[in-house]
Amino acid sequence: MIAYLGRRLIQSLLILLGVSLITFALLYLLPADPVRQIAGRSATPDTVENIRRQLGLDQPFIVQYWHYLTKLLSGDLGRSYIQRSEVTELIVSRLPASLLLMVGAILCELAIGLTMGLIAAVKRGTSTDQTLMVASFVGVSAPQFVVGLLLLYVFAVRLGWFPIGGYGSWRHLVLPSLTMGILGAGWYARMMRSSMIDVLRQDYMRTARAKGLARGAILFRHALPNAILPVVAMIGIDIGVFMGGIVVVESVFGWPGIGQLAWQAIQRVDIPIIMGVTLVSAFAIVLGNLLADIIAPFIDPRIKLR
Amino acid sequence: MSQSLREVPSALAGEAVLEIAGLSVSVRGEDGEREVVSGLSLSLKRGETLCIAGESGSGKSMTALAIMQLLPQPAGRIAGGTIRLRDEDGSAVELTVLDERRMRDIRGDRIAMIFQEPMTSLNPVLSIGRQLTESIEAHTGVSQTEAKLRAVAALKAVRISEAESRLKQFPHELSGGMRQRVMIAMALALEPDVLIADEPTTALDVTVQGEVLELLRDLQRQHGTSVILITHDMGVVAEMADRVIVMRNGRMVEEGTTAAIFARPQAAYTRELLAAVPRIGSGARRRASGESDGAAMQDKVAVVKDLQVRFDLRGGFFGRVNRRVHAVEGISFSIAPNETLALVGESGCGKSTTAKALAGLVPYSGRVTIGGRELSRLGRDERKAVRRDVQMVFQDPYASLDPRMRVGELVAEPLLIHSIGSKEERRERVAALFERVGLSSEQMELYPHEFSGGQRQRICIARALALRPKLIIADESVSALDVSVQARVLDLLKELQREFGVAYLFISHDMAVVENVSDRVAVMYLGQIVEIGSRDQVFSNPRHPYTRRLIEAVPVPDPSLRRTRFARLEREIPSATRRIGESVPKLVLKDFGGGHFAAVGD
Repeated sequence: MIAYLGRRLIQSLLILLGVSLITFALLYLLPADPVRQIAGRSATPDTVENIRRQLGLDQPFIVQYWHYLTKLLSGDLGRSYIQRSEVTELIVSRLPASLLLMVGAILCELAIGLTMGLIAAVKRGTSTDQTLMVASFVGVSAPQFVVGLLLLYVFAVRLGWFPIGGYGSWRHLVLPSLTMGILGAGWYARMMRSSMIDVLRQDYMRTARAKGLARGAILFRHALPNAILPVVAMIGIDIGVFMGGIVVVESVFGWPGIGQLAWQAIQRVDIPIIMGVTLVSAFAIVLGNLLADIIAPFIDPRIKLR
Repeated sequence: MSQSLREVPSALAGEAVLEIAGLSVSVRGEDGEREVVSGLSLSLKRGETLCIAGESGSGKSMTALAIMQLLPQPAGRIAGGTIRLRDEDGSAVELTVLDERRMRDIRGDRIAMIFQEPMTSLNPVLSIGRQLTESIEAHTGVSQTEAKLRAVAALKAVRISEAESRLKQFPHELSGGMRQRVMIAMALALEPDVLIADEPTTALDVTVQGEVLELLRDLQRQHGTSVILITHDMGVVAEMADRVIVMRNGRMVEEGTTAAIFARPQAAYTRELLAAVPRIGSGARRRASGESDGAAMQDKVAVVKDLQVRFDLRGGFFGRVNRRVHAVEGISFSIAPNETLALVGESGCGKSTTAKALAGLVPYSGRVTIGGRELSRLGRDERKAVRRDVQMVFQDPYASLDPRMRVGELVAEPLLIHSIGSKEERRERVAALFERVGLSSEQMELYPHEFSGGQRQRICIARALALRPKLIIADESVSALDVSVQARVLDLLKELQREFGVAYLFISHDMAVVENVSDRVAVMYLGQIVEIGSRDQVFSNPRHPYTRRLIEAVPVPDPSLRRTRFARLEREIPSATRRIGESVPKLVLKDFGGGHFAAVGD
């Protein structure tokens, strides 16, 4: 177990290194010039060159990346070009809000998705199954900003059940979580359905029925733990999808998380913030996958971590 | 539905506990509804063992599932007839009209079932203890502690050692035989009136099969359970049944006492079925032993010397290799042209790995000489040429043909790989092969799913023959086939040998089949050959205790030879996995004359 964790940790560091290099290279190749954004339209070419030199952006790519990397290793993500404060501070102050949203979204998508998938599998081939699968397809394919605005209009504007935007209470959390959860719920419903159908076909399910067990015991004790394993693995990967969605959803709901931060930074080519948010996201994805792998043996005793 | 241990009152013995009348089962498929059981009537008496025998598609398993009301949903349904379960006081329940909730009380409690596949019939994520106690709790309402005590008692009843600690284990930690015993413990823990066993020993090794059959018989005697035993194996029928029902295409063909069915089968189908069963001692006389041994080494098709195959297992702190599976441990044998060498042994003994090494599918050490050329000395291209001389036919005819290719293309593929002939020539050759294995050349355009199991195995044989090999390795090639189909495929193999002079390495766990086809036999145990000799030497005069046990364990399809006791296994077959550096004692084979060698002092 310790050996396993050690190996996974080294792998994770290599992944993060790769992510930092690729992101840095992409930002370097970007036609937008961050110095122009900082200096403003009316700045003289001299001022522009001055700022460029100050930020070290006149250096060759390799040197710039090396500087960034050495600072990164001491935990320094650099200073924002526009906001004039430390990127680390900016991210740390906004991370709790995003994590809260993520937890809310995961709960939503698991609750909705797994239930839908389970029911669809058990009622396979019926109109219930078809209805649920159409619904999941809509969930998967509807753009998040549309879903978000729709939910806002119905539940906040018309019904007034939830606030229109902002942050602070659980009521603020519901609509953004749902917006993000609906996409995932669609995926999970489809995955859970096929995984469950596969499990229901297995010989041991026939054994469970032959024992005269009640329906609940058969489904929840015998089928569910077997069916849920691929879903758990999926949650790890899903965090990546979240990080993409968070940018949109936080903007729609005015949620003060790192998605909003990233959105502002992208508009102004604020490279240190974009880098920082990307690395934090990559870290979250790597961590999520690791957690999913560590949980797996507790669900299925045949899996051993090596 | 709590019940204490109950003896069968003698007044009730001989009375029916289960009565089926005019049962029809139909299954809806893509081309409409099909009747899989038609007008079946039978009655099961208290304390009796009734065997339902038949080949695949005979409807025997569907009958069992219909009794349990567990037909595949929503496709399967009972189309007609009645199934009555009679209580001791004479009152009867009609199962076909029972609602699901009341049927649940009967399943597991009054009618229990065990299935063919012990490897997949237990839930992999639940402990043995949980799987045992849950049905006890569900049907009796006793406390968890009480259920656990009963579970331990049930495990002890099926002779599982250290029963208490087994409760915490998971299915994957047990061998196939152990798992089937757990299944039996599960089924009998609540002392049901009726036990339905659907091919309970088919997936087990022959020595383990003996154990499990004896266990079933003992437990049945103790508790007076009525048993419906479903099997395709007439040996098992002869060993176990009081009465027999023979089924074919969903209909009962014949019914009678075991003695009568075997001695005077009335229906033509029963006679065919019995005739097709391979029996030890009925193999056609082949050439005298030692006749082929005179040939010089160069003439041998294959010579294997000190073949060794090991697989590394990683583990521990840094994921280093710390254990090894000694799958094949220094075996030597040779095969002459026109000869069939059978490699027998139980699962895990290394027989399939030997085959794979010979076909170049796993890395090995030692010397393998094919047609006088030693493989390790050859270059890549030369080795490929030699490979042409060795072809394989696998066990599962359903899985070994690519479902997306036409069968003609499948048979032509080896020719294509070795770039032999033009397109037209290949076509002609494939057509000839099809005719030769008993198919028509028009069938070349069809896909694998359009053929039966036996026909598919013929296609596999045609594919193996395409390159005119000197040696065909048949790895359990007839094991998955029904006996009547099996007999025909074996005949085909023998014909092809006479015609082409091809040699076979025939790998099988079935001693009766081996006795029918082989010239020489090598018995493998834990990666080593413990005995090798001509068929007559090995079967009539086995020298190694393991060989003897293998032969004795085979159920004989003759009720008059029924055994009162089976040879009990002292222990499970040990694992071939060893720590690094741990040495493996190499068996020394003693020469008993005439090419008969066996390990001694083991």
